[in-house]
Amino acid sequence: MFFLDLDPLVKPDLGLIIWMTVTFFIVMFVLGKYAWKPILKAVHTRENKIEDAITQAAKVQAEMAQLKNDNEALLTKAREERAVMLKEAKDIKDKIINEAKDQAKVEANKIITDAQAAINHQKMAALTEIKNQVGNLVIEVSEKFYAES
Amino acid sequence: MVGSIAAIGAGLAAVGAGIGIGQIGKGATEGIARQPEAANDLRSTMLIAAAFVEAVALFACVIAFLGLKLGA
Amino acid sequence: MAFKGIKSLLVAALAGFLLLNSGVAKAQHEGEIKADTTATHGEKEFDITETIMDHVKDSYGWHLWGHTSVHLPVMLYTDKGLEVFSSKNLRDEHHQPVVYNGKNSYKLNHETGKIEILNADGTSNTTAKLFDFSITKNVATLLLSMLLVCIIFLSIAKAYQKRGVNSAPKGLQSFLEPIILFVRDDIAKPNIGPKYTKYMPFLLSIFFFIWLNNMLGLIPFFPGGANLSGNIAFTMVLALIVFVVVNVSANKNYWKHIFWMPGVAWPMKLFLAPIELMGVFIKPISLMIRLFANITAGHILVLALICLIFVFKAVAAAAVAVPFAVFIYCIELLVAFLQAFIFTMLTALYIGMAIEEHHHEEAHH
Repeated sequence: MFFLDLDPLVKPDLGLIIWMTVTFFIVMFVLGKYAWKPILKAVHTRENKIEDAITQAAKVQAEMAQLKNDNEALLTKAREERAVMLKEAKDIKDKIINEAKDQAKVEANKIITDAQAAINHQKMAALTEIKNQVGNLVIEVSEKFYAES
Repeated sequence: MVGSIAAIGAGLAAVGAGIGIGQIGKGATEGIARQPEAANDLRSTMLIAAAFVEAVALFACVIAFLGLKLGA
Repeated sequence: MAFKGIKSLLVAALAGFLLLNSGVAKAQHEGEIKADTTATHGEKEFDITETIMDHVKDSYGWHLWGHTSVHLPVMLYTDKGLEVFSSKNLRDEHHQPVVYNGKNSYKLNHETGKIEILNADGTSNTTAKLFDFSITKNVATLLLSMLLVCIIFLSIAKAYQKRGVNSAPKGLQSFLEPIILFVRDDIAKPNIGPKYTKYMPFLLSIFFFIWLNNMLGLIPFFPGGANLSGNIAFTMVLALIVFVVVNVSANKNYWKHIFWMPGVAWPMKLFLAPIELMGVFIKPISLMIRLFANITAGHILVLALICLIFVFKAVAAAAVAVPFAVFIYCIELLVAFLQAFIFTMLTALYIGMAIEEHHHEEAHH
């Protein structure tokens, strides 16, 4: 047979084939059950853990960024509010001042008018009095004049 | 006589494999020159390809060896 | 602690190189002895092919140094029943095969290196039933590598359990974890697809078993030195297991692609079917030959370079041969990993092709 004439180097030895088969199946069984399974499981668990940690970190980072954004937004809002409030306050102040001014003006005018009225009144009274006195004087003088004459 | 023919056969296989591995090396060097950042990937691919070519040459050697034994 | 594994690896590699050099001296010593015996026994000259083949092939004993070797048990099953004896009975003190008389007479065949049953007249009986399942050098290496791989990975599994998943890997664990992840992320995931988890134990076992045996084969002295992963029986069993796994897990779509390739005209379908069917068998055969040829070629290359010293019969040749051998040795370290990787990757690829779902075919159109 062709196969049996082969050189011993390339002719598989039956004894070694059997030993090899037995050995390889033992290796497969022992390692598969007691080595590869725990090793792969451990590596897998660790990878999952690392992945989890990374996603967790990313999440935390995102949260931090979110928080920072929120803070900033709050700050800007507060700033805006403050500006609005300041503006309002200024407006109110201006308004009050203006109102006061207006009121003062009106009061002043009123006082002036009153004063003028009073002055006029006094003036009129004075004039009347003078007129009266002049009248009286004229009468007195005329009386005196007539009495003498 | 058979031995010499077998030796010639193995030699021819070596010539073929030499050309093949040379081509692989050339391709890899050019690739690395063009893209030095891919050097590691290229190197491992080159080694694998070279091992395949070498294996073909060794197939031929085994066949030559068989021919030597069967022809003698 | 992390570099401890790498450090020990470096030490091992260095020791390997040192022993390669001392191996030269040893072999030289042997050469002298051989020259002595040449004078007395009339033996033939130094035969490079025989020397190399002796190292590459399997043997019944495990050579340590000089004339010392570990005798391994020979186990034979013949029609007269089971027979167990030590391999030291097979050779005399001059390393020549002798007849061992058990239930039959056994002798080593000089050409094949295997045990044969002898007839009463001393000629070899080729028709007698002889099933040889001795603990040869390769089988001993196989058992050793089984022990090693189990010890290494069981201890790592224990480290994971002890240390928990929260702390970083340490020592051997930190050295091998990237390789395990490499097998998973670069071999299994891209080639098999989402259903890769089912095949991970198989792929990891294949990868580390081949790699460890390639590395053991590179150690030139006692616990290594056997050319196990360059033995065709070793690669054949692995390829057979791959063949079974691929074809058992193959789905309907895969078989349809083989026997009735969709999307081509029917004469083409008839033409493609036998080719695809052949491919089913050629794939594992190519796996078998690739690993066998690569590892054996590496061993032969290193040995041939060392043998140059004896071919030229000059110590000066070592100045050229040894650096070359060291260079090839370094390449072989790479090849040891590369071949384990390629075997595993192709296995994953074949599995991936076999379990591929229908939708991929749609993408082809």
